[in-house]
Amino acid sequence: MSRHGFQWGKWLTGGFTVLVLMFLHLPVMIAIVFSFSDATIITFPIEHWTTRAYHNVLFEPSGQRLRESLGNSLMVASAATLVACVIGTLTAFAVQRYRFFGRSFYRVAIAIPLLLPGVVTGIAMLVYFTMIGIRTGLVAVLLGHITFCIPVVFSTVASRVARLPRSMEEAAADLGANLPQRLVRVVLPSIFTAMLSGALLAFTLSLDEIVVTYFLSSGTTTLPVAIYTGMRLGFKPDNLAIISMIIGVSGLLIALSQWLVRERR
Amino acid sequence: MAEGVRRKGLGFWSSFLPGFTWMTAMYFVPLGALLVYSFYTHTSRADTPNFTTENFRKIFATDSEHPFFSRTNVKIFLLTFRIAFTVTIIDGLIAFPVAYFLAFHAGRLKQTLIMFILLPLWSSYLVRIFSWKLILEQHGLLNWVLIKLHILSEPSPDFIYNTGAVTAVLCYVWLPFMILPLTTALERLPRRLLEASADLGAGRVRTFYKITTPLVMPGLLAGCMSVFSLSIGDYVTADLVGSGRSVVGKLIFDRMGTYSNYPQAAALSLCIMLVLFIIFGILARFGAFD
Repeated sequence: MSRHGFQWGKWLTGGFTVLVLMFLHLPVMIAIVFSFSDATIITFPIEHWTTRAYHNVLFEPSGQRLRESLGNSLMVASAATLVACVIGTLTAFAVQRYRFFGRSFYRVAIAIPLLLPGVVTGIAMLVYFTMIGIRTGLVAVLLGHITFCIPVVFSTVASRVARLPRSMEEAAADLGANLPQRLVRVVLPSIFTAMLSGALLAFTLSLDEIVVTYFLSSGTTTLPVAIYTGMRLGFKPDNLAIISMIIGVSGLLIALSQWLVRERR
Repeated sequence: MAEGVRRKGLGFWSSFLPGFTWMTAMYFVPLGALLVYSFYTHTSRADTPNFTTENFRKIFATDSEHPFFSRTNVKIFLLTFRIAFTVTIIDGLIAFPVAYFLAFHAGRLKQTLIMFILLPLWSSYLVRIFSWKLILEQHGLLNWVLIKLHILSEPSPDFIYNTGAVTAVLCYVWLPFMILPLTTALERLPRRLLEASADLGAGRVRTFYKITTPLVMPGLLAGCMSVFSLSIGDYVTADLVGSGRSVVGKLIFDRMGTYSNYPQAAALSLCIMLVLFIIFGILARFGAFD
């Protein structure tokens, strides 16, 4: 790396990065803009600006289905994240800390749900559930979500565990800490952020999942599936309004968490 | 793991069994069930375990034999792979400079920029696809802009409902999945090697090809693998911005939904799985799983 003169590499890649960031964010903003439209077909520029879609989603009976499905989504995502976080972290330890038969194969096998298309996972689970008599519905959806959330948490935590020095635990053991103490006082604090980011990722994926959910749900369903079914029928600002609100809330939460982190420093 | 093998006590089994049991019962066995089911006989009333290879033959059957399932299936497979391949290449080309900037030049801004790359993933996957409908439709944003700029005189309907639109939207949707592993790989690149290469007289271009590229390969391949397999299975994009020409995901989806032909859908899924496993196997040899 040359440290002299004009750094072409820096400015070119930097400029490009800014363009890519705009490219990544622009469509989302456009969707938000369109949530204020009152048209029934897609037209730009928007002629009549209105917050009616928001009113529908929040208060009107016509928004009932969306509200219910949002509730289902949050429920499934929270439960799936919680279970996956526990199982995924345990598995990360098993794989990183112990040698066992088929270990390297197992490592790859557990990531398969992330590598294969959702449509394959969805069908496999639906066929299996049909065979063993689990009915489609929110419970089936939850089982499906846990299954693809485990690999997410696993891969995030596993890479942290791999870099975790064993010496700290050994030192704690030498100083007389028993296993539970070592886990809570030494291991957990050092993997906590990895668990958190794994959980966050799992929650987001679960909240956003369509394909597996579509196959495993019946009637009552999650928000993305409800919106997708609506979108296939045509343009309805309500669908964009509820997502705009979610984006707004999660944006606030992210800003808040950033602010809190900054305060603590 | 220099300390060698630990005795597998309670610690091992209590951490191993929950994950193993869950993944076996909820994933590995279902994949086995999928395999078995793909040989079931489908009738309008029920799927029976009379084992037959009919479901697989139907996939490749000619039009006259089975007017319903035709050679077009093969074309659909090829089209899907072509789209996924194009998307992977384009995303790789876009992601590399970004990852390079993030890893080497972003400095204190890096975490913030990475957050901004992840941020769209926090909004909805559906909306990120649907917004392209808002952009590309005949009365959408792009046409409005092009008319204002006097590049077009009247709105063109050709920006959407074709393979190009599907490719573009998939590139957009999966781009972060390419940028992130690449950034991580570049970050881990030991700077000393780059400096050593420069000290030994290699130019920037040579260092890039001889040092950077080989060391970043696992990250690049990991990104390629995610983007490729995400694109292969995606039918929502094809459904919302694609033409009538189908992709494999949509084909399976229709067999499941519209026709309730589970065995046929299972057979199609297995075909995708087989092809993907072959590709993963090849990529694994080049270190994509390291």
